[in-house]
Amino acid sequence: MKQRSSILDRLFMGLVFFFLYAPIFLLIIFSFNDSKSRTVWQGFTLDWYVELFQDSAIMSSIYTTLLVSVIATVVATVAGTFAAIGFYNMRRRWRNPLITINNIPMMSAEIVMGVSLCLFFVAAFGLFGTAAQWLNNTLGTNLPTRYYLGFPTLLIAHITFNTPYVVLAVMPKLQQMDKHLVEAAQDLGCTWRQAFWKVIIPEIKPGIVNGMLIAFTMSVDDFVISYFTAGSSTSTLAMTIYGMTKKRISPKINAVSTLLFVTVLILLVIVNVREAHQAKAKNAARS
Amino acid sequence: MAKELIRLSDCFVQFDDDIILDHINLYINDKEFLTLLGPSGCGKTTTLRLIGGFLKPTSGEVLFDGAKINDVPPHKRAVNTVFQKYALFPHLNVFENIAFGLRIPKTESDGKKQRKIKLSEEEIQRRVMEMLEVVNLKGFEKRSIASLSGGQQQRVSIARALVNQPKVLLLDEPLGALDLRLRKDMQNELKRIQQQMGITFIYVTHDQEEALAMSDTVVVMDGGKIQQIGTPEDIYNEPKNAFVADFIGESNIIDGIMRADGVVEIFNRKFQCLDKGFAKDEPVDVVIRPEDIDIVPESEGQLRGTVTNVTFKGVHYDIIVDFYGFKWLIQTTDFCPVGAVIGIKIDPDGIHVMKKSQYSGMFGDYSSYSEEYEEISDADYDPDAEEEQEEGDEE
Amino acid sequence: MKNRLSLLAGPYVVWMALFVVAPIFLVVIYAFSSAGGGFTLDNFAKMSTYWVVFVRSFELALIATFICLLIGYPLAYIMAKEGPGFQRIAMVLIMLPMWMNFLLRTYAWMSILENTGLLNQFFQAVGIIDLGNLINGWLNNLCAGLNDLLGLSLNTARDTNMEYFKMINTSGAVVLGMVYNYLPFMVLPIYSVIMKLDHSLLEAARDLGASTGRVFRKVIFPLSLPGVLSGITMVFVPSVSTFAISRLLGGGNELLLGDLIERQFLGSAYNAQLGSAISLVMMLVVLICMYVMNRFGEGEEQAVML
Repeated sequence: MKQRSSILDRLFMGLVFFFLYAPIFLLIIFSFNDSKSRTVWQGFTLDWYVELFQDSAIMSSIYTTLLVSVIATVVATVAGTFAAIGFYNMRRRWRNPLITINNIPMMSAEIVMGVSLCLFFVAAFGLFGTAAQWLNNTLGTNLPTRYYLGFPTLLIAHITFNTPYVVLAVMPKLQQMDKHLVEAAQDLGCTWRQAFWKVIIPEIKPGIVNGMLIAFTMSVDDFVISYFTAGSSTSTLAMTIYGMTKKRISPKINAVSTLLFVTVLILLVIVNVREAHQAKAKNAARS
Repeated sequence: MAKELIRLSDCFVQFDDDIILDHINLYINDKEFLTLLGPSGCGKTTTLRLIGGFLKPTSGEVLFDGAKINDVPPHKRAVNTVFQKYALFPHLNVFENIAFGLRIPKTESDGKKQRKIKLSEEEIQRRVMEMLEVVNLKGFEKRSIASLSGGQQQRVSIARALVNQPKVLLLDEPLGALDLRLRKDMQNELKRIQQQMGITFIYVTHDQEEALAMSDTVVVMDGGKIQQIGTPEDIYNEPKNAFVADFIGESNIIDGIMRADGVVEIFNRKFQCLDKGFAKDEPVDVVIRPEDIDIVPESEGQLRGTVTNVTFKGVHYDIIVDFYGFKWLIQTTDFCPVGAVIGIKIDPDGIHVMKKSQYSGMFGDYSSYSEEYEEISDADYDPDAEEEQEEGDEE
Repeated sequence: MKNRLSLLAGPYVVWMALFVVAPIFLVVIYAFSSAGGGFTLDNFAKMSTYWVVFVRSFELALIATFICLLIGYPLAYIMAKEGPGFQRIAMVLIMLPMWMNFLLRTYAWMSILENTGLLNQFFQAVGIIDLGNLINGWLNNLCAGLNDLLGLSLNTARDTNMEYFKMINTSGAVVLGMVYNYLPFMVLPIYSVIMKLDHSLLEAARDLGASTGRVFRKVIFPLSLPGVLSGITMVFVPSVSTFAISRLLGGGNELLLGDLIERQFLGSAYNAQLGSAISLVMMLVVLICMYVMNRFGEGEEQAVML
């Protein structure tokens, strides 16, 4: 597509980006406002950042968010990679329905996922309770008979909606891979396990890394599913923010936004600069 | 003289309901260049995979040096494979691709103890460099695979297999992805490498010219069966049936009747030939190669026909001649205009008589298999079908 | 070889059965159960009360999707025309907001759209609000005159003492929130499909005498349809089921399906059976819409994800 873009095109693009970024910049500006007001500028301060770091609710929810995101990402990456390799090696009549099921969490509305998991956990806890009661009565054990939503259910939910993205990112890499590579490795003396680690994994690594990044992003960003599965005692950052917007609104939210935005911006810049370098190196090697 | 190295004994392979190999018997000698030749789906690649260990026969035995190896996995076999589209590891450079097999620690068990043998880095370095020299790729060791041309990738793939010092090298249509010029060069190159290394090559191809040019022995296959085994000269000059005659080179295949030893009747006219041992009045297939037909003035000919088509081919003309409604292909250096009525003469050694087989009457008046084959294979190519077949492996 | 590696999927298949299939099964069961546990269709009958919510949700989501398409397609197209360096920057700019939590993005609009918010301050300062009052007064007079003259009953009670435009807590604000949040989901799939178009196709079309506009209408647009379809899906599904956006920007006045479902599960009106039934019907309608759309577009392509 070589046509030059006209001034009109540029103007349109500029307007859309203004629409996308103006709210974010306003948010950032007012994080430095020396007043509780979100709309009237009253001078520069860093008070909100200080308060933010002293707010134990926010800090603990950041910790929860990071913890659940990291664990869920690791589990989802491993499980999703194995699953993708498994699906790829299946006969089609098994593979296709399984991939459809894999797509359900991505395609269906988040709220339905959240609600269904919530129902499932509550039902499962009911069963556990009954079983524990029975064990307590018959064996004299002292198992708890009531279970509540909390960090474990939150983690299960995150793994459940993260893994499909990893599978989806890894599958194309497997499909692009030459079918005979594994045979070639075996032919050259690799056992099954060696072929797996020395050939398949390095071949699909870009897909795995990509899937991992998507999974982590989804986890950090998620609100709806966490909201239904975390229970009342556990809270992710998104849930805390939601709670704050419902009650008293504090510029601490602006401070959180700013920090988040800057972190993401730095990460994206690093990733992109690296990618640009790699692309350049590749082009240089080819010519 | 030559020692037998590999034997396929009554090998039968079936996927679901499809019979892929129908009770194949074949032996391969040490240091032999053997080619499995046939159209796609004839079972030649399956035969190769049996030897490579990627597939177990449904029944029958695969013997290596006299020992049964049906259940020996690929990584424990003394054979290496050059794959159709090279199957080079894109994440490794040329050196590491070739060194791949050398870096795998080999377990060697001598009765009780199992020892892991790991080659030293110097040894690996030495052997890879040696191989690079054999395949004429010195100085390419640091290059990435993606930066190589098709021919160069092919050489890396050969080096990667040969560096492990296999007793047998299996080559699965290795030149299929190269253009014609490069293919010719690589044919000579492969032959040279085989002689230099002094090992057995088992080569799979659907290109009859390639098979004739390179092989010590050609195995023609079709429909999961071996049609003929022989030297390239045998296969070309004495085809066993209409399929082989048609697949190898260009030929006119005509119905005939054996009237007596050395006398065959075509178009109600008797011709001298060298074939004997047929029953009297037995219907046969007669093969006449286009270059074995001499054009003579109309009056001197054994048969008379009308030229319907002339194509200039450089060294010779391909002319199509109509004999009583049957079209023959004749290759001649004499120009005959379309519409000319000509006579032909065939020497007794130009006439090959074959027993009737299931292939009789399948190939029109004349044919050049390779061209038809390209058309058929292009039209029928269905990657999914191929995959389905692969999925049946190891079942 | 095939079968041994396929076993690697085993653990995940069990996981899916437990945490994807079973929960959805449970939703279906709940939808058809009474509070006591017996089979009933009451939940679906009760839903008729919420008809208006269904209509509103689908209506707002459709409007938001349409606006996203209207903005997103040209944007993707223009981006695809740019050089690779600029494209990289543009991609980062599109993705960056997606990486911020959508609650924060929505929250940002609250302070802009509020009655005393930044936009109203701006309008005040520039005098647009006065102008609005002026125009309203003028319209009132005009309508009154027309009413007198022709015996009509046009509205003459337009507010002429506005101190602000009412923007927050309207359905317009909700649609704005949806567009703002989900626009990148429209741009990305369309952009990636246009980028993958075979350049020689466009040259062939031009070679055959097609004008630039014709090339777009006859070649580029039809070929980019798969991207458009997955963009529509990716915007429509979250829009129709959102609940936080309507809560923050609609102020609870504009109850949407998401809010309705949330109330049945976590709100005061706990009724998991009804909530399940609503979820089920919502998903069915969405699935039917998507199916019809894919049929119409013959797009067998899977959603082009990030």
